[in-house]
Amino acid sequence: MDNIIQVNELTKTYESGFQALKGVSLSIRRGEIFALLGPNGAGKTTLISIVCGLVNASSGSVLIDGHDNVRDYRKARSKIGLVPQELTNNMFDSVWSTLKLSRGLFGKPRNDALLEEILRELSLWDKRNDRIMDLSGGMKRRVLIAKALSHEPDVLFLDEPTAGVDVELRRDMWNTVRRLQQRGVTIILTTHYIEEAEEMADRIGVISQGELILIEGKDKLMQQLGTKQLSIQLQSPLEILPESLRSDALALSADGYALVYTFDAQCEQTGIAELLKKLDQAGIEVKDLHSSQSSLEDIFVNLVHERRDAKRAGGAQ
Amino acid sequence: MNFYGVRAIYQSEMARMLRTTLQSIASPVISTSLYFIVFGAAIGTRMTEVDGVSYGAFIIPGLIMLMLLNESISNASFGIYMPKFTGTIYEVLSAPVSPLEIVVGYVGAAATKSVLLGLLVLLTARLFVDYEIQHPLWMLGFLVLTAVTFSLFGFVIGVWADGFEKLQIIPLMIVTPLAFLGGSFYSITMLPPFWQTVTLFNPVVYLISGFRWSFYGAADVHIAVSLGMTLVFLSICLVLVWWIFRTGYKLKP
Ligand SMILES: Nc1ncnc2c1ncn2[C@@H]1O[C@H](COP(=O)(O)OP(=O)(O)OP(=O)(O)O)[C@@H](O)[C@H]1O
Ligand SMILES: [Mg+2]
Repeated sequence: MDNIIQVNELTKTYESGFQALKGVSLSIRRGEIFALLGPNGAGKTTLISIVCGLVNASSGSVLIDGHDNVRDYRKARSKIGLVPQELTNNMFDSVWSTLKLSRGLFGKPRNDALLEEILRELSLWDKRNDRIMDLSGGMKRRVLIAKALSHEPDVLFLDEPTAGVDVELRRDMWNTVRRLQQRGVTIILTTHYIEEAEEMADRIGVISQGELILIEGKDKLMQQLGTKQLSIQLQSPLEILPESLRSDALALSADGYALVYTFDAQCEQTGIAELLKKLDQAGIEVKDLHSSQSSLEDIFVNLVHERRDAKRAGGAQ
Repeated sequence: MNFYGVRAIYQSEMARMLRTTLQSIASPVISTSLYFIVFGAAIGTRMTEVDGVSYGAFIIPGLIMLMLLNESISNASFGIYMPKFTGTIYEVLSAPVSPLEIVVGYVGAAATKSVLLGLLVLLTARLFVDYEIQHPLWMLGFLVLTAVTFSLFGFVIGVWADGFEKLQIIPLMIVTPLAFLGGSFYSITMLPPFWQTVTLFNPVVYLISGFRWSFYGAADVHIAVSLGMTLVFLSICLVLVWWIFRTGYKLKP
């Protein structure tokens, strides 16, 4: 597999003594869209900042297209574009001059046609001569994206690109990201919005308290999403499941008042009708039925909590 | 070597200074001119000559140095402090530019502006006082060396400062007093012997003395000593800057 970014055992302990990353290893494939999900303070920005050279790692290494990001920083950095989480712009600059600065900083010769194309694509062309402080928040964020694109990066980091952006603009941004991917740009974005990761990403990584707790292809996650649960409330509690009903898919709740049946919603034969028939035959009276689907959000929240609980249990020993 | 990167930093810094023409050019020129009017044209005519030069002409090199030090430090410190403060420094730090290139861009722009201001004030002085420049090349050399040295120093202050007070405190509490007591307005030979010795610990004395020598051929200390000391300060500042980037001090967490 062709990896454009290779992160090895990265740790970061800030001067305050706080350990923000606890040995993160991660490979990003060339041309993919990778979504990094995680709650506030998980270490997403820290990870990106180390890769981009804004923060010094405490240990571990980062290779960008084979170049070490510290020893061979020129080659490594020239491949990367970064859109930071915070709206950090030179407020007094015009849109056009700030783009020229970005392109120059990355060692690229002047190319007005390209800058125009980028600004048009991000609907900023009309604003090119405006001072950045006169733009709206959403426009300021697009300026940051335009700056990152102005030096034609192979890898684009988007740290919460859609925070504070309205729904329509979010769609636009997603489309832009897809177009970039079609041109061969690798994209790594962080987000709190599951739907965004679901909509955009080829693979999803979940980070929590400085540790990567899951890296999975989105399709695989979606398969897990495909399962549904039918919970069946009973009139009177059951001690044990009758022999005729025993199966992996069916579980009895601890209090005996509910049965939970897991099935594949995509399947034509869900087995629900059959199950109900069997219940009737066994003389079990059903009070209520409802089905539910676990979302990526559920999976994510469960993962984070499982992790915490496991830690707490481990710590208690 | 990332030539475009250096040029981009330099141009954007120069543009920033031009955007604020009024504060950055008019105010130092006007305030220095006031000195010329008061001490040169008005009081100066009642003063005796110093080292065979009229008092009005005598103070010109010192006043230009005074302005040069302040402007170099404030321009360069502000130039790097603001991006740090607003966070826009992220782009420079993530770009494929070497520390040396960053310094050349920022310090080069600050020094350029100081030198231009110095020349502008020199021209303005002509309106009020007559003066000659015996060694124009040395004059230019000292102007550039001093501007570069103190722009580097300003850069260091800008990196070190984590608030606006710190940004102001060194120029205000240290540099201005040293410059005033460094012989801008008098020859140190006018001081009692004890204070002459004390004054020799003031680095600015060497700058002003050398600079004045390039105008009138007379100096408090030998020109070679002045040049040597200027180069020593330059080296100290270079080492400080090198250390800042090596350790990432206050630029990278
Ligand atoms: N400069 C710093 N000094 C000390 N601690 C820091 C510093 N920067 C970040 N941290 C801490 O490191 C942890 C991770 O921060 P980080 O910004 O990487 O989180 P994040 O995942 O990006 O969160 P968010 O979703 O809120 O942006 C946080 O607990 C934060 O307080
Ligand atoms: Mg963050």
